Amino acid sequence: MDDGRNGVPEGGLEDAVQLLTPTGERVDHPDYAFAGDDALVRDFYADMVRVRRVDAEAIALQRQGELGLWPSLLGQEAAQIGAVHAMRGQDYAFPTYREHGVTIGRGVDPLRLLAMFRGIDPGTWDIAGLGVHLYSIIIGTQGLQATGYGMGLERDGLVGSGDPERDAAVVCFFGDGATSQGDINEGLVFASSFNAPVVFFCQNNQWAISEPIERQSRAPLYRRASGFGMPGVRVDGNDALAVHAVTTAALDRARSGNGPTFIEAYTYRMGAHTTSDDPTKYRLDHELAQWRERDPISRVRAYLEATGAADEAFFAAVDEESDALATRLRRDCLSLPEPTLAETFDWVYATKSPELVEQLARHEEYVASFEEAR
Amino acid sequence: MSTTSVRPTSRSASRGRDEGAPGPVRSMTMAKALNAGLRKAMEDDPTVLLAGEDIGKLGGVFRVTEGLQKDFGESRVIDTPLAESGIVGTAVGLALRGYRPVCEIQFDGFVFPAFDQIVTQVARMRWRTKGAVPMPVVIRIPFGGGIGAVEHHSESPEAYFAHTVGLKVVTCSNPVDAYWMIQQAIASDDPVIFFEPKRRYYEKAEVDTTTEPLGLHSSRVARPGRDATLIAYGPMVKTCLEAASAAADEGRELEVVDLRTLSPLDLGPVYESVRRTGHAVVVHEAPVSVGLGAEVAARITENCFYSLEAPVLRVAGADVPYPPSKAEEDYLPDLDSVLDAVDRSLAY
Repeated sequence: MDDGRNGVPEGGLEDAVQLLTPTGERVDHPDYAFAGDDALVRDFYADMVRVRRVDAEAIALQRQGELGLWPSLLGQEAAQIGAVHAMRGQDYAFPTYREHGVTIGRGVDPLRLLAMFRGIDPGTWDIAGLGVHLYSIIIGTQGLQATGYGMGLERDGLVGSGDPERDAAVVCFFGDGATSQGDINEGLVFASSFNAPVVFFCQNNQWAISEPIERQSRAPLYRRASGFGMPGVRVDGNDALAVHAVTTAALDRARSGNGPTFIEAYTYRMGAHTTSDDPTKYRLDHELAQWRERDPISRVRAYLEATGAADEAFFAAVDEESDALATRLRRDCLSLPEPTLAETFDWVYATKSPELVEQLARHEEYVASFEEAR
Repeated sequence: MSTTSVRPTSRSASRGRDEGAPGPVRSMTMAKALNAGLRKAMEDDPTVLLAGEDIGKLGGVFRVTEGLQKDFGESRVIDTPLAESGIVGTAVGLALRGYRPVCEIQFDGFVFPAFDQIVTQVARMRWRTKGAVPMPVVIRIPFGGGIGAVEHHSESPEAYFAHTVGLKVVTCSNPVDAYWMIQQAIASDDPVIFFEPKRRYYEKAEVDTTTEPLGLHSSRVARPGRDATLIAYGPMVKTCLEAASAAADEGRELEVVDLRTLSPLDLGPVYESVRRTGHAVVVHEAPVSVGLGAEVAARITENCFYSLEAPVLRVAGADVPYPPSKAEEDYLPDLDSVLDAVDRSLAY
């Protein structure tokens, strides 16, 4: 099968910052170092296993007809967990619908994600309290919103004050497909022109549904940054340590008032685009096999095992805890209370117009007429 | 319902003062009234920000924001890069931080790059958060024709926005409303698309800056009459008032209702009027098919069916792109085409 790809774009992982090899060996990089200890690496491992387990449970729920859809994050755990661990409480993230590692990492109950994809609600959580926005579904829209949010932080005096407890920044998550959208490019222009404290975190997972990265860009994505007047860096997106180091540096730069950074986390979407997709129609098995060898979780486990930084009891406890979470999610998902159309009328405006009040009254009367007929 | 009328400049000599002079009653153009309203809103609330193209040093291509950057600084009056989606998309982020951004779209035809942010983001944020997160964004759009402009500078895109749930849509027809409505729109916790009739920017009226205003979402009887009801908004209100004056010379009394609010509509005064007159003509510049006039006609029919002596008629643009400016007089509803429709309604 010809998969239509004309080879890997210029540069690949050889351009990427890497601090942990696929076999679990720590390596040095001239510009970046992992600032955490082994306890943080264990946290990365536990968080990645947990979110992969949630992902697997969600796919199973969809296959059983309990969710309408699920976009899998399989393969992108390190990019998301590494980045979210670099954030501080006062920072704010704009995720897209595949960023389950980001939302869960910021404290969103995974049940909220299931509720969204079960059709219970629009995907709603405490955005201000948790410092993480709702999932963006229209590709790229969040690039501008993140920039505006950053401009707001700057106007609030929360950038460049020198107080690490106070200074804040924004991480804007998006994919390789989104780099073709005007809103991402406009976001980069605005952020650069206004020196906004934004980290543009692109997970290049090589595929936008069926379209390979070559269709989005003939130049390595991270190199686009220079055209916008900001630093760009490619990081091994399956290396949580490198992602953490690179994102930490970019966030420090943003919080201190030195402006935006573009990060390209070079990774791979190991699953389908969503549960509605069939990647066997457009990509070759050997590509997936190649990326399996670069699995983000196994390399951290290899490191922890080889160095003795974690023992079997730790790994077993992580598995057990993740399974318990999945069991709880399955149970709670199935018992989520279903919404009524009537309650959604309350969400539209601060004050309902007389027309909407009338429509609601008519709707409720109509619904009630069926109850009476029983 | 209110019958507050706008005092025309020609009759203002006794109370009128020099433009820009202090005092509660001032003669000012609509552009100046908007400027004064924006200034007042910015003075009253430090979270109000303006963003748009050329709105800073230049004061906007229509000078609506003239002098505001000088007085409020570049952080509150932001000259943005030339990207409308960017203006609105960053406003969403600023609103999430608690600001009240007022975006200027330079011309009606330029709003479409921002359409996605407006329709899928601005209009939906409250809904997506189940009512928890307001989106107090105002998007100002100079609209309509009659100024001899090139393509994409004379559009009337209001129906797109009135059709989008989650947005509120208003338009002023005179300096008094301009002054008050822009402040009310900024104070709204819901997003407001604020249409400004650009051909009326430089027409003057006395503006009383202390008068208790009508609510933002209220229509207004601009001229009382008993024979037929003209329903208009924005630039066409003046056209209808002129038509009513001409009709009065021939002994016909036409009532003119200025809708002011296009979403939600406030048709109470319209129903009250049509029940008295039995004849209704809706007037707008936008193409006739599936325009605001269709919605107004449908609702009049639902609510005033037994009072109607004739079908509700529409005087509106033809279903063609806005024409080259040398042909725009033939496109735009005017005194004659409005009175022609009144004749047809009364003869029905």
